[in-house]
Amino acid sequence: MLDESLIHARGLVKRFGDLTAVDGIDVDVRAGEAFGFLGPNGAGKSSTMRMVGCVSAPSAGTLRILGLDPVRDGPQIRSRLGVCPQQDSLDPELTVTENITVYARYFGIPRRVARERAAELLEFVQLTERANDKVEPLSGGMKRRLTIARALVNEPELVLLDEPTTGLDPQARHLVWERLFRLKQRGVTLVLTTHYMDEAEQLCDRLVVMDRGKIVAEGSPRELIERYSTREVLELRFGEDALDNYTGKLVGIGERVEALPDRILLYTADGDAAAAAVHDRRLAPSSVLVRRSSLEDVFLHLTGRTLVED
Amino acid sequence: MTTMPSPLPVFEHRMVSYRRIWRGTVFSSFLLPVLFLLGMGISVGAYVNRAGELGVPYLDYIAPGLLASAALQVAIGESMWPVLGSFEWNRTYHAMKASPLRAQDLVGGELLYILVRVGMSAAGFLVVMTAFGTVHSWWGFTAVPVALLTAAAVAGPVMAYSASIKSDNMFALLYRFAVIPMTLFAGVFFPVDSMPLVARWIAYVSPLWHGVELCRAATLGWPLTLPAVAHVGYLALWALGGYALARSRFAKRLTG
Repeated sequence: MLDESLIHARGLVKRFGDLTAVDGIDVDVRAGEAFGFLGPNGAGKSSTMRMVGCVSAPSAGTLRILGLDPVRDGPQIRSRLGVCPQQDSLDPELTVTENITVYARYFGIPRRVARERAAELLEFVQLTERANDKVEPLSGGMKRRLTIARALVNEPELVLLDEPTTGLDPQARHLVWERLFRLKQRGVTLVLTTHYMDEAEQLCDRLVVMDRGKIVAEGSPRELIERYSTREVLELRFGEDALDNYTGKLVGIGERVEALPDRILLYTADGDAAAAAVHDRRLAPSSVLVRRSSLEDVFLHLTGRTLVED
Repeated sequence: MTTMPSPLPVFEHRMVSYRRIWRGTVFSSFLLPVLFLLGMGISVGAYVNRAGELGVPYLDYIAPGLLASAALQVAIGESMWPVLGSFEWNRTYHAMKASPLRAQDLVGGELLYILVRVGMSAAGFLVVMTAFGTVHSWWGFTAVPVALLTAAAVAGPVMAYSASIKSDNMFALLYRFAVIPMTLFAGVFFPVDSMPLVARWIAYVSPLWHGVELCRAATLGWPLTLPAVAHVGYLALWALGGYALARSRFAKRLTG
């Protein structure tokens, strides 16, 4: 059991003074899978990643990374990890290639090997044309791809990605996802945190939903949706009207009604039938949208809150 | 693949950047001290020491002091902004911490880089000093290792300071209360004996005074105030204490 898990956590806790950022979580990540921590900002995802990355010591509980103890064997574990941090840590004074070769030296990789790998990795993240440019003028998406390339230079067994596409425009996000998907196909184990449900659905074989330091659900994206939501969702807006007036009138349509500040969600197996039922009750929504259930709905159901609160 | 982490890659990182910026540092760490030496030594020297109280021309007197002081300036400058910047601005240390490197490797690598920088500028300065006939003793070359030791004595504590602050505004405090008083009162420009006792003690506790004493003994062949081993030992104590402090501050900042 323990041998198969690249990450094995039991009752893992991280406290900062009075604040408990991670509150007793159990996690097992197996070789070759893409595993996600999904949750809003402040759910404890980044604190968990820092413990897994052996830069922050657990306050309590058991944690084994690659079968080793992160407190005692930190350098040894880190030599086999690839870390793509949330905040940019590229060196703006170095070129794109140098950012990889200099980083490779931190892992004790010989210069010649570092140069070869840098060329391959830049090819992989489609930055070959920028190889000799400074990092500063690169776009956010390019910098993120370079950070991913840099994280792969030691041929890691486990790649940690903390919010890999936060702050990127949609096109840049898709390019990053596509590269990460390729990595996954090569059998690299990916562990990522995200507060984007579409990112989790795209990339993760299995994920845990985190809220306030705890794991509230675990499974594949499809399992979670099946377990905690309906097949379809009907989204209704009623212009400027107070939504409280409508929730009562919708009872009986679909399995569950959820009122958000700006819209009402009706959970149902058949969205179109529910829309027709709303129409039959002579309610006149200003907009009607039928969509498939997503992890966002799972999170809403489990916590009563939305993932992205802004 | 298990390679022992070491300070060398951290040193290499600085050197890769240094290859791009070295021209700028030639002015600040070599030309400026030389201009200072000639300006002060020749112009001020024409007004002071007229009766020959110092026993040597004023230029020769301040040259070893300025050598030690320039070493201190380079060491302190390189322990301030680059260190704070690597924590706060470009997060270089956080990137390093994702590799097998440990806090002591980061501190050791930075120290190594600082010593190389100080070694180059001190050696260049000594060549200029020799050209102007200010070096009176064959032991003059030992001023370079003394400059290195002086640099090491201040680099550690200042790195620890830089690792403990959030904003570079705090550097002004360090300049105001440590660097400038030390530079003025540690015997670089005039003998410490000419100051009141309280001020003299400021000189005695400062690492710079010990560096100045040793440099002056090296280039002028003058006797030391304390036995050489005491001066060297005092600087070594600062260097070791500073290293230990920097290492623990780095570790705390990176894991906090």
